[in-house]
Amino acid sequence: MSKETNKEMNPVEPYLRMDRMPHIWCSGCGIGIVVNCFVRALQKSKVDINKLAVVSGIGCTGRIAGYFKVDSFHTTHGRPIPFATGLKTARPDMNVWVFSGEGDLVSIGGNHFIHAARRNADLKVICVNNFTYAMTGGQVGPTAPLHSIATTAPYGTYDQPFNLPFLAESSGAVYVARWTTFHVRQLVKSMQEIKNKPGFSFLEVIAPCPTIYQRRNRLGDGLAGMRYYKERSKVVNGADTRNVDIKLGGDIIVGKFIDRDRPTQLEAMDQELSHKLGDKYVPYPTGVER
Amino acid sequence: MKADPKGVLTGAHFLDGDHACCEGALAAGCRCAFGYPITPSTEVVERISRRFPMVGGVFLQMEDEIGSSIAIQGAAWGGKKVMTVSSGPGISLMMEHIGLAAMTETPCVFVNVQRGGPSTGLPTLTGQADMMQARWGSHGDYETIAICPNSPQECFDLAIDAFNLAEQYRIPVMFMMDESVGHMTERVVIPEADEIDIVERRYTKKPPSDDYELYALEDDNPFVPPMPPVGEGYRFHVTGLTHDDKGYPAMDAQTQQKLIRRIVDKIRLNADAIAKYEEYQTEDADIILVAYGITSRVVIRTMEMAREKGLKVGVFRPVIVWPFPETRLKELMDQTKAFVVAELNYGQVVLEVERLVAGRAKVVLAGHGGGDIHDPKEILRLVEEVAK
Ligand code: SF4
Repeated sequence: MSKETNKEMNPVEPYLRMDRMPHIWCSGCGIGIVVNCFVRALQKSKVDINKLAVVSGIGCTGRIAGYFKVDSFHTTHGRPIPFATGLKTARPDMNVWVFSGEGDLVSIGGNHFIHAARRNADLKVICVNNFTYAMTGGQVGPTAPLHSIATTAPYGTYDQPFNLPFLAESSGAVYVARWTTFHVRQLVKSMQEIKNKPGFSFLEVIAPCPTIYQRRNRLGDGLAGMRYYKERSKVVNGADTRNVDIKLGGDIIVGKFIDRDRPTQLEAMDQELSHKLGDKYVPYPTGVER
Repeated sequence: MKADPKGVLTGAHFLDGDHACCEGALAAGCRCAFGYPITPSTEVVERISRRFPMVGGVFLQMEDEIGSSIAIQGAAWGGKKVMTVSSGPGISLMMEHIGLAAMTETPCVFVNVQRGGPSTGLPTLTGQADMMQARWGSHGDYETIAICPNSPQECFDLAIDAFNLAEQYRIPVMFMMDESVGHMTERVVIPEADEIDIVERRYTKKPPSDDYELYALEDDNPFVPPMPPVGEGYRFHVTGLTHDDKGYPAMDAQTQQKLIRRIVDKIRLNADAIAKYEEYQTEDADIILVAYGITSRVVIRTMEMAREKGLKVGVFRPVIVWPFPETRLKELMDQTKAFVVAELNYGQVVLEVERLVAGRAKVVLAGHGGGDIHDPKEILRLVEEVAK
């Protein structure tokens, strides 16, 4: 037997830091599925892994950067998008992905999120939405469905949650989709689509947090979460994002909602400056081939 | 290495400190900046946004100072020499990322054109009350380098030093201008590019491999590890968590102590090499005025007036305030009866002087709340009292 066949290797291994396993996530957690889907998407698209970077913020999802075997950056709470903006600006040839949770990206990092979308920063932003601050034990998150229970909302939440696809679309994202961790095929496909799409692409992944969110809201274990996604998800591609908000125990509208084109931040800058400065302008690379 | 002539505006100019700072950054090789407007530093980013597109650089105005202070770090890991520019309230918002830069050892320059504070304070008027913040404003234990120019010429010259030191020690360097220096217009002579020394990024000589250690020391440099280039297959991991040499998070006291010891020591144990100061008539002085930034120009006048009255007064000016030029101050201590520390705050750098002098000479504060510079006569009165 050759050396290669001696050792059985999971096909995801070359993409992950196996020397950091086991990972910190609970069994039944949805974050691992997102990791797995991303690896599948990379395998299928034959990407140059050296030219791909992953940036995360803080939280359970924020740990994703630490497990991908690529140039990876585990930044501060809420700030992976501006860090990624800097990295992408310095290296427009790199494929820059942001993975973080909803608390990180749209609560503490909400301002960066809307402005990066407005400018069409050339980033692929994956938001794992599990409706709670899981890492710190289950406080109320910015997407927590009304009346759900959290340690800081022990009688039920009363703040209107964000509808993330609507927020992303109205802020200017060029690609907006939502899937649950049950929709692995679609998730992989969306990741493949945004891999080469210039501009601010946003993918919301509804993911179970059995340890914190589901337990506190008596929604069962990881499997029960998946069953709920299976039974109550409705695929509506092109849905009006105004109508995709999520109610406690209600239907989850999933699908690809937005896929449009406009110049990226660096392309827009390049166009404006070359138009206004003419020969005096020393062109800055945009990283986009059109 | 010498400066890239493309960014060097060789010749004599009339510039204010803010504009000169931008030219210094360009000469130093900075081609990437992120910022957010705030008085009295806005002119720096305004000039950057005019100049950078003509030299192959990029400036992006961010949504806030928090974004600016971390975007520069993404760009630094992307291989750029970077800076952001702000003033008190904005610098306060950047504090978390000054800590991130210290922890991840990311070379970057933070320009603080100081104004009166706390809070919104005096947006258009001068101050020097952010000196302790520059030193330890972010949480946790770390050291920075803080440079205090006192003229537009120095805003140019020392900005180059700021970038060089950031690369050499892989730290956030605080470029501590003040409103007076930022808005003062004077002659600034910009030399030929080949007269400007530039410290290039030190990259690892090791090839990419699974065993690559992001923070392993090389080249007999016992303090500062070299950086890897991004996108070349090193597939490294950077985290603000306490990390081992590999760059991986490691949540234990041993790793913490090893890492923080080195982060602190790379500045503390090199303090003499980093030190930069000026002296005026200290040879025979038994009273020494200590001042930095704009105030170092005010005390020269005080010294002259005191000398006219027959008092043996000199001036010691730390150009780099942090790390404090400790060795030289201790030498001066032996010949000096008293130090009078003048600063536009009610006692910050004076604490360091008191600590070093440790009762062996008199230390007196000439404090000022900011909004204006000292009246040299006020400082003279203190000197006369001390001389009695
Ligand atoms: S606490 Fe929740 S989100 Fe965090 S790892 Fe466990 S299941 Fe996942």
